[in-house]
This record gives sequence, C-alpha cells and structure tokens, in this order.
Amino acid sequence: MSSCIHRFFNRSAILFLVALYLIPLAHVKCFAQENNSSPSSGIITVPSISNLIDTPNDHGNSITITWKVGSYDPSFVPMGYVILRSDKADRAYDSIGFQLIGETSFVDTGNLLNGKDYYYKLRVEGTDVLSTLGGPVQASGQWFHSGKMATFVVTVLFCVTVIIVLIFARRGREFYIRPIAGINAIDDAIGRATEMGKPILYVPGLGSASEVATIAAFTIMGRVAKRTAEYRTRVIVPCYYPESMIVAQEVVKSAYLDAGRPDLYNEKEIFFLTQEQFPFTAAVNGIMLRDKPATNFFMGKFYAESLMLAETGFEAGAIQIAGTDEPIQIPFFVAACDYVLIGEELYAASAYLSRDPMQLGTLKAQDWGKAALVILLIVGIISASVFGIDFFIRILDVNVM
Amino acid sequence: MGTSELLWNGLAAILTLAIFSFLYRDNPFYKFAERLVAGVSAGYWTMLLYHTSFTDKVIVPIFQQNEWWYIIPSILGLMMWTRFSRKWSWLSRISLAFYIGISAGVALPISMYASIYKQLEASMVPIAFDMAGINSVLVTIGLICSLAYFFFSKEHSGLFGKVSRVGIYTLMIGFGAGFGLTVMGRISLFIDRVLFLKDYILALFGA
Repeated sequence: MSSCIHRFFNRSAILFLVALYLIPLAHVKCFAQENNSSPSSGIITVPSISNLIDTPNDHGNSITITWKVGSYDPSFVPMGYVILRSDKADRAYDSIGFQLIGETSFVDTGNLLNGKDYYYKLRVEGTDVLSTLGGPVQASGQWFHSGKMATFVVTVLFCVTVIIVLIFARRGREFYIRPIAGINAIDDAIGRATEMGKPILYVPGLGSASEVATIAAFTIMGRVAKRTAEYRTRVIVPCYYPESMIVAQEVVKSAYLDAGRPDLYNEKEIFFLTQEQFPFTAAVNGIMLRDKPATNFFMGKFYAESLMLAETGFEAGAIQIAGTDEPIQIPFFVAACDYVLIGEELYAASAYLSRDPMQLGTLKAQDWGKAALVILLIVGIISASVFGIDFFIRILDVNVM
Repeated sequence: MGTSELLWNGLAAILTLAIFSFLYRDNPFYKFAERLVAGVSAGYWTMLLYHTSFTDKVIVPIFQQNEWWYIIPSILGLMMWTRFSRKWSWLSRISLAFYIGISAGVALPISMYASIYKQLEASMVPIAFDMAGINSVLVTIGLICSLAYFFFSKEHSGLFGKVSRVGIYTLMIGFGAGFGLTVMGRISLFIDRVLFLKDYILALFGA
C-alpha cells in the first residue's frame, strides 16, 4: 500500500514536474506564436495591404498602395506606418515613406521603373510588426487619361462644330460678327500717330508666347504692324519674355513683307526688356515718357502693372487701346484707356480683323458652345433644385491632374 | 539697426524716393532707379535661367545622369540661336511651333477645367426659398446675361440686346468691386513703404 502510495506520489511528482516544465513551455510557445503576429502588446490585428495598383492616368513611375489599418488597444496607438519596398519578395526592404495612422493609402513615386516588379510591406511605427506582403506590382504609363473624358468629349464636339461651320463658310455663307469698338478704333489710332509723326507702342503683355491672350495679341499686332508699314510709322514693341520677342519679330516682319515694305522693318525696335514684372513696368513707363508714342496698345496678359502702364500712357497724352482676359485688371484699363477689349473680345478681335473663314467658324462654334453651356446650366439648376438630381454637377467633376 | 543694415536700408530708402519722384514728373533720379532695377533684374534672370534651365535641364541630365533623351529639347533650344543667321533663322520657327503647340495643348484641359467646369459646377447650386436662394438667382441671371454679351455672331439688338446690356452692367459691377479691392491692396503697399521710410528716418536719427 505504501509502495502504491509512494509510486502514486512519485508519478504525481513526475507529472507535476513535467507539468511545471510544460506549462511555461506552452506559455512561451503560445507567446512566441502571438509574438510573430504582434510583438508589441497593444496590437490586436496587424495592418494588411488591401490594394496595390499602378497609379492610374499617369505617365508611369508610380504605384498606389492601399491598406486596411490594424486595430490597437487604446493604451497603444502607433503614430503611423512606415512604407517598405523591395524589388524581390525575400530581399531586404527599404523605407520609402511614412503615413500617419489615419491614412489608408500612399502613392509611391520614388525612382520607380516602369515594367519592373515591386513588393510592399507596412511596418507599424515604433515596432517590428509587419503587414501582409503586397505584390508583385508594376508601374506603367497610360496613353488615355480617363479622368479627362469630359474634356475630350467637349473638345471633339467643339471641333465637329467648327468643321461644320467651316464647311458652310467655304460654301460662301457669310457670318455676322458684331462690331467691337476697340478694334474699330485701331485704324484711327494708327492714323493719329502717323499725323503726329510719333511712334506707336505695342505691349504684348506679360504672358508667355504660348498663352491664348498673347497669341491673340500677336494677331492684332500683325494688323497694327501692317498698317504702320503702310503709313511708315514706327512701332515699338517691348517684350517680357525672350521667346515672345522672337514671335513678335516674326509677326512684325511678316506684316511688313505683306505691306510690301520689308525695307522699313527694324528688328531693334522689337526688343526684350526684362523678365521681372515691375522693372519691366518701370522701363515701359520710361519709354512712354521719353519717346512719347501717340498711341499705346496693351494687348495680352497683364497683372498688377496694368494701372501703372495705363495711367502713365494717359499722362503722356497717348490714345490707348487695351485688351486682356485677366478679369481683375480690366477695370484699370477701363478707367485709364480710351478703348478696352473685355476678356473674350480680345480673342474675337483676331477673327474680326482677319475675316478668315477658319477663325470666323471658330468664333461661331464658340457661340454655340456658350449657348450649350447656358442650356446645361439652366437644366442643371432646375434638376438640382426641383428634382434633387446632381447628375449634371457630377459630370463636371473632372480630374485634370 | 547696425551700420550695415543702415546703409542698405538707406539705399532702399533713396531708391524708394527716386521711384516716388515719378509722381512729380520724369527726372534723372527716376531714370537712374528705373535703369538700375531693370538692369539688375535682367542680370538676375540671366543667371537664374542659366542655373535652373541650362545647368539643371541640360548639363546635369545629359552629362551626369546619362539621360540622353534630353538632347532633343536641347537641340530645339539650340535652334533658337539660328536667329543670328539670315540663312538658317527659319529653323527657330520649328522650336517656337513646338513650344507653343505643346504649351497650348497642356493648357487646354486645365483652362477648360478652371474656366468652364468649375464655374458651371459652382453655379449649379440648388435654389432654396431664402436669401441665399435669391442671391443664387441673381448670380445666375447675371451670369447668363454676361455670357450673352460675349455672343459675337448675333446682333445685339431687340430682346437679346437688352439681355446683353444687363450683362455688361453686371460685368461693370464686378469690375467696380475688383477695382476697389485692388486699390485697397495698393494703399496697403503704399502704407508699408511709408512706414519703412519712417522707421529708417527714426533709426537714422537714433530715435
């Protein structure tokens, strides 16, 4: 009996000892398993990469990572996630960015090559806890930007309208263009300068040669230069950009050729001043006061210098014709100039002057476009106000970036 | 104010007064200030463009980063220099055409977005029966009438003429508000300059 009891206790002691050994071992093993998923206490679930795609509508070299955030104890809330990237799944990962805990996406644009595999992971800031592996994914460029569909459709419709109008124009249909006072005054203003024996100052604005307002200014400049060539009147053209100067020289040269007086063309009177706003203004003011032009043209893009230029020209006693599409500057020209082309009148002026069927057709198509916009506006307001439909507002939500 | 600061601020004060002297009439002080500022800015831009365009966009990519495709725009840039030759000056037009065409193409969607889509989107607000609703109606009428003013292929007579006249009145109200706002901004700039002169004079006399 005693030996049985002894054996029982021995066995129990052994079991106890084994249990004593196994319980902590099991605990350690269990902890080790937990440790694989969340080594830091407080992390309940790790973040996981939910979407890994090539960034749409771009020229490539960009990948967008989206993830589901992990969950955490209130006692432990990490600051954010470190975004890790590698070009091999099992290689070392480089840190390429950081996002705060509330963010769920990241756009990687750092030295990515198109067509190459990339892998991503997230690391919880301040810990070694990693998200699930994302990848492989490749960056690539797109030929078509789906966010610009509305622009594409409108442009195609506009082009079709222009072509239709152009066909009508070529068949002999004449299009009416309402008189534009500022344009009608151009010939009188040039005539005045000729009679007074003084030069004409033509400032093609502070916009680059590629801006629509500057292009319109060059068209009007061609007309002015042709007249000055016919009347043998000097035309001075100070330019803000070197490339504007080159275009202006070409325009004036062509106009003098058209007028049959290439000998009168003087390249030095179309010159670059400076590419800084107020020094340019000061220099043009100086020209107005010293050369005393009888007529000043301010056509194109103008900014804060508009009033300074127009006021100085007024003080110098010149007749002034201005045109700009900068709404904030128009009032200053209205206040200090004799004639002003308001906004789109500047663009219309080129068609009005040239009477070119192509330009007239474009103008007509623009009017139709405006009519369509007015109709769209009225329909959109009524549908939003009466029926609560925001369809027309949503189709205008275009992504241009 | 240290001696160095006093000297530089003194120069700024003299140039400020030289520019203000234009309010009386053109004079040698204004001429000096005008030519100084124009010359300095032209020189500044030359160096800035050399570093930001020639060095950063030509030298570094082609010769240091071996990005050879930068040669294409560089050749287009060099073609601009052919203007110095009567025989080859036509080549510069290719560069200009490329530059203007690309810029206009890039500007088109952005311009449509800013000038048409966003404006229309902002105008298509549901009209409520309150003061804000009345405001929206007035803005919409003003917008439609202003657009009517910019119809060029229709004679502005009869009812359409009246609508476009309302449009030009609307535009003038907008221009007046813009004028007042900008003049206020200019007066602020003037006050800032006068305060600068006052501070300088006080510092000069040790007050």
